[in-house]
Amino acid sequence: MNRTQKQSQIAILILRLIAGFVVLILAFLIGYIFITGLPNVSWKFLTSPAKAFTAGGGIGVQLFNSIYLLILAMLISLPIALGASIYLSEYAKDNWFTSMIRTTIEILSSLPSVVVGLFGFLLFVVQFNYGFSIISGALTLTIFNLPLLTRNIEESLASVSDDQRQGGLGLGLSKYETIIHIVVPAALPGIISGVILCSGRVFGEAAALIYTAGQSAPALNFGDWNPFNIDSPLSPLRPAETLAVHIWKINSEGIMPDLTQVSSGSAAVLVLAILIFNLSARYIGRKVFEKMTSVN
Amino acid sequence: MQNQKLAKQLMKKSKTARYERFGHLLSLSALLLIMAVVLGIIIFIATKGLSTFFNDHISFKDFFTGVIWNPGTKTPGGQQAVGALPMIVGSFLVTILAAVVSTPFAIGTAVYMTEISPKRGAKILQPVTELLVGIPSVVYGFIGLSVVVPFVRHAFGGSGFGILSGTFVLFVMILPTIVSMTVDSLKAVPKYYRQASLALGATKWQTIWKVVLRAATPGILTAVVFGMARAFGEALAVQMVIGNAALMPHSLVSPASTLTSVLTAGMGNTVMGSLQNDALWSLALVLLIMSLLFNLLVHFIGRRGAFKK
Amino acid sequence: MRQRTLIKWLLAIVIIIAGIGAYGARSKTATNQQSITAVGSTALQPLVEAASEEYSADHSGIFINVQGGGSGTGLSQIESGAVQMGNSDLFAEEKAGINPKGLVDHKIAVVGVTPIVNNDVHLKNLSSSELIAIFTGKITNWHQLGGPDIPVTLINRSQGSGTRVTFEKYGLNGHESAVAQEQDSSGTVRQIVATTPGAISYVSFGYVNQSVQPVSINGVKPTEQNVTHNRWRIWSYEHIYTKGTPRGLTAKFLHYLKNDHIQTTLFNKLGYISVKDMHYQRTWQGKVSKGSGES
Repeated sequence: MNRTQKQSQIAILILRLIAGFVVLILAFLIGYIFITGLPNVSWKFLTSPAKAFTAGGGIGVQLFNSIYLLILAMLISLPIALGASIYLSEYAKDNWFTSMIRTTIEILSSLPSVVVGLFGFLLFVVQFNYGFSIISGALTLTIFNLPLLTRNIEESLASVSDDQRQGGLGLGLSKYETIIHIVVPAALPGIISGVILCSGRVFGEAAALIYTAGQSAPALNFGDWNPFNIDSPLSPLRPAETLAVHIWKINSEGIMPDLTQVSSGSAAVLVLAILIFNLSARYIGRKVFEKMTSVN
Repeated sequence: MQNQKLAKQLMKKSKTARYERFGHLLSLSALLLIMAVVLGIIIFIATKGLSTFFNDHISFKDFFTGVIWNPGTKTPGGQQAVGALPMIVGSFLVTILAAVVSTPFAIGTAVYMTEISPKRGAKILQPVTELLVGIPSVVYGFIGLSVVVPFVRHAFGGSGFGILSGTFVLFVMILPTIVSMTVDSLKAVPKYYRQASLALGATKWQTIWKVVLRAATPGILTAVVFGMARAFGEALAVQMVIGNAALMPHSLVSPASTLTSVLTAGMGNTVMGSLQNDALWSLALVLLIMSLLFNLLVHFIGRRGAFKK
Repeated sequence: MRQRTLIKWLLAIVIIIAGIGAYGARSKTATNQQSITAVGSTALQPLVEAASEEYSADHSGIFINVQGGGSGTGLSQIESGAVQMGNSDLFAEEKAGINPKGLVDHKIAVVGVTPIVNNDVHLKNLSSSELIAIFTGKITNWHQLGGPDIPVTLINRSQGSGTRVTFEKYGLNGHESAVAQEQDSSGTVRQIVATTPGAISYVSFGYVNQSVQPVSINGVKPTEQNVTHNRWRIWSYEHIYTKGTPRGLTAKFLHYLKNDHIQTTLFNKLGYISVKDMHYQRTWQGKVSKGSGES
């Protein structure tokens, strides 16, 4: 064995160690959250409403709010981000203007979420008079999410090899058709992982929602699915405290006696919910990918 | 007659061409929408942030070089106590340290996931990193408070609150972001680069180091920028472990503060339009400008790195 | 291809019809639903929220939306008229940037604030001057007070927080605390004091539990009894401000908050003191006189 080969082996061993170390940290984190949290989770905890100052409160409404808000925010932001990233990666000329646009988008992503939250508060809650509501929250989350989502999707579009584009154009498809039918499906796995990353941020975001979706979770009437009734779970105009906001709120100002249990239980549920969401998004993505690339 | 019809048909834009125009416009309008939002926020913060200087007549010098932060009161020297220097230094230190610590780990992990063991990477590491992004900062903060702060207190002395604890917490928080974006850019390196390099007799490590990483440099730098951006903008978790005291940091274990933590903590307690509130918006503006500078710097480095390949 | 387009159109039509149907079928009570919003102090939020839940349970079609956001937000929003009630830990007059004219103060409750220390400090009493010396940075180690050899770690609430203003005004006799760690919530403060050796801070009575040690001042214990007789001087009012005289639902709800049932049952559970139980009242300048200060 010569020197370079040995060097290669040592380097790769080091890489393995680094990856192992990172896995260890991540495993510790997740283990910590589950071990402290899961014993507090029960069916009752998952379904009953929260209590402000007595023990035994649950997180049913908050869990539903988190999921509903996530879906709404994604419905709004995904098409916009997709469109913008298609433009950036396929149409935009590679000049200073395009790179300036990219830079501004990147800068936006470093704004603390409380600033985005206050912007959303002044614009949607006060100016547009939507009040503390799901719709204000979803629009604010859209602003918060767009930079990262656009950037992620653009990246995965760019990683589709040019052969595919040439193949599409060669078959006589227009550029747009090539993008929609060939490039986007080919980039789908990357797009989905971008969506998952952003959903994770939405799930975990608190500061941007405190001023927009609000920190109160009025009891909902789960028998009423008419979105025009204010106590219906689907109403976009009701205030909605999400799980992450709930964790933040009870940790900072909570006075119930079982605070630590509720807080660590909520954290475990949140992580579980993200896990389930990620797995199902991946599954759906695979199905869509199969369907879009199959012959029909 | 028939010729005319044919001519008309040929002169008309084809269905695909119309479709093409439609698609072009659609994607352009999405981008314009984002730009409008971005500009809106920037203008909003700029007007709010600049009013400290123009409406409340605080001098730039007091703001950027002062070390006493207590808006609304005077320093012993008689100036307005709006010195933002401690926070600026704190933000810089904690962000750069976190990025310096986590970049090697993130790149190592990403290389492992794409080049060495893609199967295990896709099965275990990717879902786990995606999971971590979703953990709320409050939870990170509490784990930091109950694990990292005592650890730092025992290992390095002091109260345990300080830049070092902030660095450790941010290290874990920005790791998933940098890893997953680095993975994307490593995957974007064409396969034939690797094949060509291996065919030339290079070892796997030489291929990774001299070809794959070189080719992915701009993408990796973007990943680091996004990671730093997250570190910059992170408030709730850092605030719990850094001590959040508006003091110039004397050492890595003395309490300090960051722009975001002061901003977040003060926002709800101040009244819109008052000096106290305007000063907080100026911090937001500083944050914006600092991340712009970071960005430009990294682009500059990225361009130089790209030339070498 | 054509068939698919047809299905798409059908789907769109069905969705639109369902939407119109849902709008038509919305419950009739929805049309005369009333809702009001209260924003502000995070300390007052759980109390108003709990009361609003009870109120809505008795009156159908009424929605009282209670949000936090901080006293500053509460006062600026009520001043601009964006909400119906602004919750604040401070008098509007004490807050920079607020024009108190036109705002009507409703004192809802009284809240006491007590210093707390880490249990390892083994300290139950401090004199006023010792407390001031600690918080202005003149005493830096607990052995200076005869305690264990542990450095003092000060933890403040954020600048402008109601608890901090009250503590500095009445606990430190107007002295400003030295620059030190700041946290913007009582829960975090308690957590840090509980886990950091030598830590000292202050929280309102409701947050005291076994994990931290409350400290008496000059031998006076931080109890509700002592607050009502003004023997424990570190207390403040919790205010709800309205723009002008409250009307309609706002007036009814404020009245509900002040009735005996809410004031005695709910408030005690949450660690607040009813304004009715006070034997002394205080103006925003700090002038104390006999009387319950009910308005």
